[in-house]
Formats: sequence, structure tokens, C-alpha cells
Amino acid sequence: MSDAPTAQAVAPSAAPLAVPRSGWHVATVAATHRETPNATRIELDVPGWPGNAAGQHLDVRLTAPDGYQATRSYSIASSGSSTRVVLAVDKLPDGEVSPYLVDDVRAGDMLEVHGPLGAFFVWAPAADTGDHRPVQLIAGGSGVVPLYAMAHAHADASDPTPFRLLYSVRTPDDVYFDDEFATLVDAAAPLQLDVVYTRRAPEGWATAPGRIMREALEAAVFPASERPRVFVCGSTGFVERVADWLVELGHDPRSIRTERYGGA
Amino acid sequence: MSFITRGFSGRGRERDDRLPPGQTLVTDFPVLSAGPTPEVDTDDWEFTIRTETGAHSWNWDEFMALKIDDVDTDIHCVTHWSKLGTRWRGVSLDTLFEDVETQYDYVMAHSYGGYTTNVPLDELLDGKAWVAFEFDGEPLDPEHGGPARLLVPHLYFWKSAKWVRGLVMMDQDEPGFWEQNGYHIHGDPWKEERYW
Repeated sequence: MSDAPTAQAVAPSAAPLAVPRSGWHVATVAATHRETPNATRIELDVPGWPGNAAGQHLDVRLTAPDGYQATRSYSIASSGSSTRVVLAVDKLPDGEVSPYLVDDVRAGDMLEVHGPLGAFFVWAPAADTGDHRPVQLIAGGSGVVPLYAMAHAHADASDPTPFRLLYSVRTPDDVYFDDEFATLVDAAAPLQLDVVYTRRAPEGWATAPGRIMREALEAAVFPASERPRVFVCGSTGFVERVADWLVELGHDPRSIRTERYGGA
Repeated sequence: MSFITRGFSGRGRERDDRLPPGQTLVTDFPVLSAGPTPEVDTDDWEFTIRTETGAHSWNWDEFMALKIDDVDTDIHCVTHWSKLGTRWRGVSLDTLFEDVETQYDYVMAHSYGGYTTNVPLDELLDGKAWVAFEFDGEPLDPEHGGPARLLVPHLYFWKSAKWVRGLVMMDQDEPGFWEQNGYHIHGDPWKEERYW
């Protein structure tokens, strides 16, 4: 026999943000834009959308003529009170919903969305939360979508919090929000951006392409001594690896929030 | 309110009766976690049930000496995937509660790493829940909740708390970690109790 856990000893460190209530909405595709060779940006008009925090996601439901339905979750690339909701969808090789959204959907199409969802993997300006710790974002591939929403919200709010993004991506062609990131880097509340190319780097790039390793991670993130809040998003393998290294490097596990894009 | 989405045909025609609404069958085992995977050594592992009057604890060796069940079950994640016919080994909550006296009807499960989830006690008893330590004939991977996780397969899988370290009895239902962060207080996949 020994001490039992108490609610106090193990309570999660952060209280949830107040976020809008979720619900089903009819969305109309306003515009599509080829984001990368494998991904499409989709702008949705969602009347009645209650707004969303940066980092939240939604469910998309598609219905076939015979009534068959398929539902998948996607991170939201936009935030704030607007009823224009932006997604950026990566095509999965054996996917059922993502190939439709990436290759077939066009302006005027209607689909159903449920959201906004998730109150944990979210960021709000320091003016709202009182949290002034630096923010380190770490993205693997399409995992950049909710982190882009955070970086954009940070610039929109001219938030004084130091903001840094480490973005691991296969090739220069696979970078999401390329032009937008260039703007965010030069914003009044700047984003410090570090890109790591895993397969092919731009010509003259200082480092050879390759998977990010622990030393490179350490060099490109706020040190643990600065007590950053860290948001990591990407495939399960990427997130597991990065989060383990961060803990080894002395980051407080309670300051690391993760979103894992798994399987199907 | 559903309507047909132009151009979408889908491919999952062979609808399986074991799939709750809105779920898609997967063969891999996706992961839903909010933070880093905690490292928990079985030498340090301990499982405790705390009631209004006291506590019952087991270390790893004591736990492994309990009656062990083989469990064959379907699992359903709120993120829309289901996995059918998964094989687990673990200790039934009926076994763990054998000598536990409590007047309280609700349970908060606590995990290493700080996460919590709430479940009514009667949904954990009568062969409905286990503390599982083996998946598919292998020790449970840390990323899937090893060394041991709660297994409550009739509810969405976030209720099956990974890295579980104890249960605390409560006299009223209170939301745990995911429940405070947007997920449903109860979580029945057949009623699609996903979000609040």
C-alpha cells in the first residue's frame, strides 16, 4: 500500500480555453487552390460558423448518391470569428475522402462540417491568456496546417510573444503556405522560421537533405531554459520522435502539446 | 439534414454491422495523445484504487499475480477509426474491485503524464473493462499506453486511459481531461457521443 494518486497531484496543467460550441454546418466551397503537388487548399463558406481558435479542427462528412457517408477530421488553417474557414488537405495514397477533397472538389460544391473541435491543441494571444512564454511550433509535412493558423493569429494580434516554427518538409515544392510564411516572417510580430528538407533541398541550401536529428532539433528550437510552450504536429512517428527528444533535452512534458495524424 | 456531395462516391461499400455510425475500418493502430509519451518502468509502476475511505494498491508483481483475462473486442476511436477483433490480455475491473467498498458511483481514471478521464462505475464492472498490459500477444507499446492502460471497449477509446496509474471514486460525475477539452462526458460510439 502507498499513496494513491489524487486529483491535485495529477491534474492537467492547463485549463481549457473558452471556445465556441461545436455543431453541424452546411459548407459551400468558395475556392480551391493547389497548395502542393499533393495537397489542396479549400476555402469554405460556413454560414453560422461560430468562429474558431487557432489550432482547432473540424469533421468533414461526405454523402454519396446511395447514402453512403464518410467522415474525416481536418485541422483548420484559419482562426477568428470569420465564417470563411480554410482547410489544406494532403492526399493519402489509400485515402477515401482526401483524394476527393484534393482532386475533385470545386467551387460551389457543398459538404457538411462539424466543429470547431478540440480545446487543447490551441493557441490564443497573450492578451487573452496572460501567458507570455515563448511559443515553439514544430511541424512535420501537412502537420503545419494548425501551426500556420497559430502563426497567423500571432501576427494578426501583433502579439509580443516570441514565436518560432521548425518545419520539416520533403522538398521545396511541398511547402504549404509558402508566400504567407514569407509575410509572417516580416510581420511586426515576426515569426522565426526554420525549414528542414528531408528529401531535396533548394539549390545552394547549407545543409544536406535528411530527416531531422536530435542535434538539429536542439539547435532550431527555443532552449528548455526559456520554458517555451511547444506545439508539435505531424505523423505519429514524427511526433513521437520529436516529443521524446524534447523531453530528453529538458523540456517540461506538460509544456508540450501534440497532434498526431494517424493512419486512415 | 444530409445531402449528396457532388462527385463523391466513396469506396467503403461493404458496410460492417460491427462498425458504429461515422466510423471507418482500419487495420493499423492510430494514436491519439495530447502530449509526449511518458516512460513508465514496471519496477516503478503502481496501480491504486482510492475510495472515500481508503486506498488499494498493487505493484507490478502483485498485479500480474491476479486473475488474467483474454479479451477479444472491437475498439472505436472518436477520430473516426475502428479496429475489429483486437486481442488483449489484462485484469478485469471486477477482479480489482473485489475487495473495494464504495458508496460512490463515478470514477476518475488517472494516468502517468497527468491525464484523466471519467467513467461511471457501473460501466467498468460486469465484464466491461480491464487494465490491459498486452496487445496482440506482445507487451503493450508505450505509445499505445504501455505498460498498462484501461480498456473500456464499449466507449470511445479516449476513455481507455493510456498509462493508467489509478482510479479515484467520485460521488458525482466530473469531466476528465479530454471531456474538458471538447469530448463528450459519456462517449458511447453507437450513439455517436463524440463532442459536447
